[in-house]
Amino acid sequence: MGRQTRNRSESEIITAILNGDTELYHELIRPYERSVYVMAFSYMKNEADAEDVAQEAFVRAFRNLSTFRGESKFSTWLMSITINEARSRLRRQRPVRMESIDTPPDEDRPVSPALLRDWREIPSEALERQEIREMLQSAIDALPETYRQVFLLRDVEELNVNETAQLLNLSISLVKVRLHRARMMLQRRLTPELRLANRTAKRRWFQWS
Amino acid sequence: MVIECRHVWNYISDYLDGALSDEIRQTVQTHLEHCEICSAILDSTRNILILTADDRVFELPVGFSARLHTRLDDELQSRK
Repeated sequence: MGRQTRNRSESEIITAILNGDTELYHELIRPYERSVYVMAFSYMKNEADAEDVAQEAFVRAFRNLSTFRGESKFSTWLMSITINEARSRLRRQRPVRMESIDTPPDEDRPVSPALLRDWREIPSEALERQEIREMLQSAIDALPETYRQVFLLRDVEELNVNETAQLLNLSISLVKVRLHRARMMLQRRLTPELRLANRTAKRRWFQWS
Repeated sequence: MVIECRHVWNYISDYLDGALSDEIRQTVQTHLEHCEICSAILDSTRNILILTADDRVFELPVGFSARLHTRLDDELQSRK
């Protein structure tokens, strides 16, 4: 079945599901499991709740599949269901905290980057090290909520500015401002950390070889 | 046109996204050619964005996919 579906477009699969071939839903959502979970986690901040929200979002998307009109991408539609699910769950959990989620931090002061004279590239293979992965995760976790969501949609899920603005109900210019600030905050924090980790790794390598 | 480092930093995000007007882009580029600090900021930012976009950064909880598809099976069954 997998081989057969790979050649079908997403909209053909959706039509087939709506016509009764519901098993195909498994195939339809497989590429988005990670994206939905990561987005849910960015709101819920713990694995158990994030998993619940992700499952709920996929179930809800299935139940409402007939309302998907193909005006946006399926992935964007799925993401909006995930965000709604996460938000309503947070509202139920702690109604008083909603304000802090929606109130943006001070956006007037510029974020200064970490200053350095040269940058030695960290290759993607470095991500094999858990230490590096954790470094990146905690830097993203430490971003203010409103920045993290823009950052995840734009730079991790690779949605465009318009899609991100639409999903988060923000103006395009605000998306750009928050994205820029998020990127600068990450640069500021991660540049010295990664540099140090890279240096330590090299020293270790040198000793071994 | 000559601009200061601090102004270049404001443009880094749009520069990376290719969202600057030709004129500003040219000005930023000229600055980058002569300023090792701003070039290093740009390189490190670009590098960090490549790393954070990698699938390996966010791991799914063990068994996530299996549990999800079991839940979906229940849902699909109940709709039949």
